[in-house]
Amino acid sequence: MASHSAPLATESGEPSFRIEHEAEARGTRLVLHGRFTFAQATPLWSELRRILKGLKKRERIDLDMKGAEYVDGGAMALLAHFRAEVYRRGGRAEFVDASASVQEIVHLYRADQAVGRVKKRQAQSAIEQIGQASMSIVLEAQLMLAFLGQLVVAMGGVLREPKSFNLRDLMPNMERTGADAVPIVLLINFLVGLVMAFQASVQLKRFGAQILVADLIGISITRELGPLMTAIVVCGRSGAAFAAELGSMKVNEEVDALRTMGLGPMRYLVFPRLLALMLVMPLLSILADAMGLLGGLLVAITSLDLTSTAYFNELEKAVSTWDVTSGLVKSVLFAAAIALIACQQGLATEGGAEGVGRRTTSAVVTTLFSLIMIDAIFTVFFRAVGK
Amino acid sequence: MSEPVIRALDLSIGWGSTILQKDANFTIDSGDIFIILGGSGCGKSTMMRYLVGLELPLSGKVLYADGSEAKLGRGHPKFGVMFQSGALLGSMTVGENVALPLTSWTELPVEAIDAIVEAKLRLVGLHGTQGKMPSELSGGMKKRAAIARAMALEPELIFLDEPSAGLDPVSAAELDDLIISLNEQLGLTVVMVTHDLESIFKVGKRCIMLDRASQSIIARGDPRELRDHSDDPRVRSFFNREASTAP
Repeated sequence: MASHSAPLATESGEPSFRIEHEAEARGTRLVLHGRFTFAQATPLWSELRRILKGLKKRERIDLDMKGAEYVDGGAMALLAHFRAEVYRRGGRAEFVDASASVQEIVHLYRADQAVGRVKKRQAQSAIEQIGQASMSIVLEAQLMLAFLGQLVVAMGGVLREPKSFNLRDLMPNMERTGADAVPIVLLINFLVGLVMAFQASVQLKRFGAQILVADLIGISITRELGPLMTAIVVCGRSGAAFAAELGSMKVNEEVDALRTMGLGPMRYLVFPRLLALMLVMPLLSILADAMGLLGGLLVAITSLDLTSTAYFNELEKAVSTWDVTSGLVKSVLFAAAIALIACQQGLATEGGAEGVGRRTTSAVVTTLFSLIMIDAIFTVFFRAVGK
Repeated sequence: MSEPVIRALDLSIGWGSTILQKDANFTIDSGDIFIILGGSGCGKSTMMRYLVGLELPLSGKVLYADGSEAKLGRGHPKFGVMFQSGALLGSMTVGENVALPLTSWTELPVEAIDAIVEAKLRLVGLHGTQGKMPSELSGGMKKRAAIARAMALEPELIFLDEPSAGLDPVSAAELDDLIISLNEQLGLTVVMVTHDLESIFKVGKRCIMLDRASQSIIARGDPRELRDHSDDPRVRSFFNREASTAP
């Protein structure tokens, strides 16, 4: 009978287990000696992997536990896994001659029962992944359409029965989405105006057309950048907040509770947010326009040696009422897009905290994309109608 | 003889392509404390969602006493519901939560609503918590407040989803006593989803036991009778808290 010993594993420098191989006519006997504990999981795992590599196909193994004084749960998990691996390679492995206490842990870890087949999850092919992604886009589009349908129905209901509008939540939402956003909107738009004027000043100086900085800043801020930058800030602040808030309400069954009280989420939750944002966004955009122009003024005075009077006179000539109005029209549309996408995503939340995070991210990304699309469409449209 | 307040007719429930219960038939009578029970994942809470109309049946129907089908819409609710977590609206105080159905569906003046809210909170042992936010309440208090909200409009039927789950034994026993009082003194019909055996035996008058594997109701009747006399080993194992004999 040939035999050899596996290297000793140690715990605090002391050897505590040993596995001996004994070749037998009908297979291999692995004789386990000593204490098998989770503290020695690493050397035990390495030893078991080494043994597994050296096994022949369809080999029969007896795990002789006579010398095993103690086996804890962690070590038994590894030994049970070893046994299952042997079975999966077409062999057989059983624990034999275990003491009563060790046999108990063998049984507890189901290491004395038939080994089930483990279905390996097959990696999805690229085509499957593309198909799945396409289907999820279609599904999301269906959800959005259904949401819009419910919105129209609920809007009809509110028009027929104005008292059913949840007026109570309107003012708090206006404060949160409007007043609380003022500082960051002012700062960002001031910096945008300043940076744009700085970039332009170099070119304008070369042509001696410094005064045109007022035209450039005036038109680009009022028509495009003021409303757009405000919308981007509001999307990050309020859009994310709406999606996370409604998502949390959905997973905490608060939306269901509202429904069982006869209160539809559309009228009770969505409308106050939608209306609040549509009312405050034009106001924020006016402030944003003003701050952007002031940013340009600072550069005009400090870098282009213009006077404030000259800057404002040029602004008056360059910027028409329509420039400001078209920006405000866009800002109302931006507000509607932010509120609707965020609320739709929030109410579509499933699962727990992870679902809320996923939908919030999706709300912000989808809204940003929509904002740019709306901006592009309306810029072209306004140009096409000659404005 | 009591009139049925809910009838489930050939009701199939589930989500996606998964069917949890197939062709279930049962009635819930007025004045009952009716318990829907079964092991984890058998569809107890899902069944409750179908009974209140939060989900539309895969097939079959749920009918209320007035002959209407279970489908939630806008309007005065026919019943009160307490969800497992309480589902109090986090942005409102406890008092505002309880007042919400009243302000939405009655023309009562504010003082009258306040008086009703106070009475309902007193009924569930939460007097003086009107001004607190839900986050300031313990799990048991949230469930009591949710019961107060569910009872705000004086419904004749109330649904309770796992009322004793996650509560300490004393709070759970107090909640059981409250349910019995509401049923006996106010004549409230209670439909309750639970797998808490103590609660089942203490408050339950009739029950149905759902089974995931067979997708059907495997027992119905008085829970104490079923515990003592059922021939079905699955039912006996459940009521006697024994480990399943299945591999």
